[in-house]
Amino acid sequence: MEKKDIIQSFKDSLFTGLIALALFGPIVGLRTASKGEGLFITPQWGVVFLLVGLCILGRFLINLNSARKTEITFFSKFTSKFSAITRDKAKHFAITAILFAVVFPFLPFTDRYFMDVAIMILTYIMLGWGLNIVVGLAGLLDLGYVAFYAVGAYSYALIATTFGWSFWICLPLAGLFAAFFGILLGFPVLRLRGDYLAIVTLGFGEIIRIILINWYEVTNGPDGITGIPRPSFFGLPFKRSPDEGETSFHLFFNLEYSTMHRIIFLYYLILVLALITNYFTLKIRKLPVGRAWEALREDEIACKSLGVNPTNTKLTAFAIGAMFGGFAGSFFATRQAFISPESFTFIESAIIVAIVVLGGMGSQTGVVLASIFLIGITEMFRDLEQYRMIAFGGAMVLIMVFKPKGILANRKPTILMHGDKK
Amino acid sequence: MEYFIQQLVNGITLGSIYGLIAIGYTMVYGIIGMINFAHGDIFMIGAFVALISFIIFGLTGVALPIILLLVLLIAMLFTACYGWTVEKLAYKPLRGSFRLAPLISALGMSIVLQNYVQVAQGARVKPMQPLISGGLEFFNNSDFIVTVSYLQIFIVILTIILMGIFTYLITKTDLGRAQRACEQDRTMTALLGINVDRTISITFIIGSSLASVAGMMFVLYYGVIDFYIGFLAGIKAFTAAVLGGIGSLPGAMLGGLLIGLIETFWAGYVSLEYKDVAAFSVLIVVLIFFPTGFLGKPDIEKV
Repeated sequence: MEKKDIIQSFKDSLFTGLIALALFGPIVGLRTASKGEGLFITPQWGVVFLLVGLCILGRFLINLNSARKTEITFFSKFTSKFSAITRDKAKHFAITAILFAVVFPFLPFTDRYFMDVAIMILTYIMLGWGLNIVVGLAGLLDLGYVAFYAVGAYSYALIATTFGWSFWICLPLAGLFAAFFGILLGFPVLRLRGDYLAIVTLGFGEIIRIILINWYEVTNGPDGITGIPRPSFFGLPFKRSPDEGETSFHLFFNLEYSTMHRIIFLYYLILVLALITNYFTLKIRKLPVGRAWEALREDEIACKSLGVNPTNTKLTAFAIGAMFGGFAGSFFATRQAFISPESFTFIESAIIVAIVVLGGMGSQTGVVLASIFLIGITEMFRDLEQYRMIAFGGAMVLIMVFKPKGILANRKPTILMHGDKK
Repeated sequence: MEYFIQQLVNGITLGSIYGLIAIGYTMVYGIIGMINFAHGDIFMIGAFVALISFIIFGLTGVALPIILLLVLLIAMLFTACYGWTVEKLAYKPLRGSFRLAPLISALGMSIVLQNYVQVAQGARVKPMQPLISGGLEFFNNSDFIVTVSYLQIFIVILTIILMGIFTYLITKTDLGRAQRACEQDRTMTALLGINVDRTISITFIIGSSLASVAGMMFVLYYGVIDFYIGFLAGIKAFTAAVLGGIGSLPGAMLGGLLIGLIETFWAGYVSLEYKDVAAFSVLIVVLIFFPTGFLGKPDIEKV
């Protein structure tokens, strides 16, 4: 590297610093806080100078590096190798992961906290797999997926509290309801182009949430629905002292009562539900409708000219995705025993989309890795809640910039015309 | 009748704010064909910069018109920096990527900006004392007195002035010609010696400045802001841009006015709780039944 280049990149870094000062100066440097009546300003110049310094340094290092371009190629080599391993050894990988998931509750270090996190991760994996049908396979960006999650949760909660039916009857009903909503919402909007569709689905998600907040008679508004029945083990409730004429789980199996029983049961429940979603997706990819989804994703005009009805095909993807969202929603309702509109905000949709996108659209393994990564990291840095969302959004931008196909770029069609050309 | 006129006045004021934000959406869509999802948050940043400068200048005791002018310029300058940086970081590397990539990147950027402001400025709502008070009263003899506050007059007049400058910029100057050329054919424009990257950057700068003015108006009009205002306002402004015909500048203003009116009349006559549903429903209905909007050009899909 010549001296001229170094001076050039130094100037460039200073310019970056100037911009950074303009960016962080007012927003970070002058923090507004209310004291009594009105707002006052507390300066925080230390933080600003730190941030500006970091920007200058970072820019300078990037400039020096861009002459060699080592960092990026190393990164992409690593990820492509990684995705090659997960693709070639997909079967081994899947079996190991499932085995681990099955024995996980009985591992020595597993405690209540780990179980809760694992259940949460599995819920997101299931949502991710459900959305992957819509986004990954059919190529429709749905920013309102949480609406179906909410419909599933609320229909489960309402049916279970009103009629007192068991989990196993309510679950399919909730899924059906969500699928019905998927068709209802999908029918008018699926003719729209990709980015318009994204905004409209976002609008639907918000409408559902506003209705949940305001329709007091049915949804109990912002207070939510309480006392949703817990699931039972095929009719055996998880209670310390069962009601008259009932046998509870621990009495039936002659075990010491423990709250962990219910948690472990919930864990296996969501594991099975998630695996069903995955199995279904893997199977349907090989059916004509699944192939039509992928074909539509790749080239809509070609599909139309070959006689594929785009609206109906997309509608099936939308409805099936919604159905799995509904299943996940009813699981959420029964696990929490309490739901309110607060759990179904736009940010939830954004998290699910982020999981699918980061994992690599269309890749089932990618969804698992992204969920573990995003939710696991989130749990580790619980106290840094706000910073975590910044990292979250930042990761979405970075992945799009450096690896637009996701960590596991596995977006190739299931079938190719002239065999598999690599 | 008096009630109707009052709602009309309120609707036009709100519509001016939406219109100014909508211009940013429509310009960016026109030139690079993406929905700049983070634009609503740029508006929110503009509102915060305006709020901070109002507090600082409020302590100095300068005359009100000068404060307003200074805050306007400062908000435009700093917010434009945000618009420029967002474009450089999140959108520029994605030109030529697959269609949904910029949208996802924009979504990420929107989350970043929201939470960044939440961390930097706190999650609580920020109230501000009203700066411009008083107004004109009409129909003094009837039961319902129609009030047109000076603030509303200020907002509408400022919007008209900005629209005038902006229209001149786009139709009469070299910059405007370059922009319109980029909209039609970017490759050809580059071949003719126009710096396309710079033109796109300037588009973002102009859009962000106008959004920051809307942000300042929002602070003055509502007196309360928080880090989340950009989401709803952004969606509504996007609806406005679509309603007027995305890519069309007069359309954005017209759409803004319509959305402002629809929202106020809905809130005034139908139901206050569902006023946001009104905006979303309009968006959906417009996109389904006439996706080209009022003043837009039909979108031809090329193979």
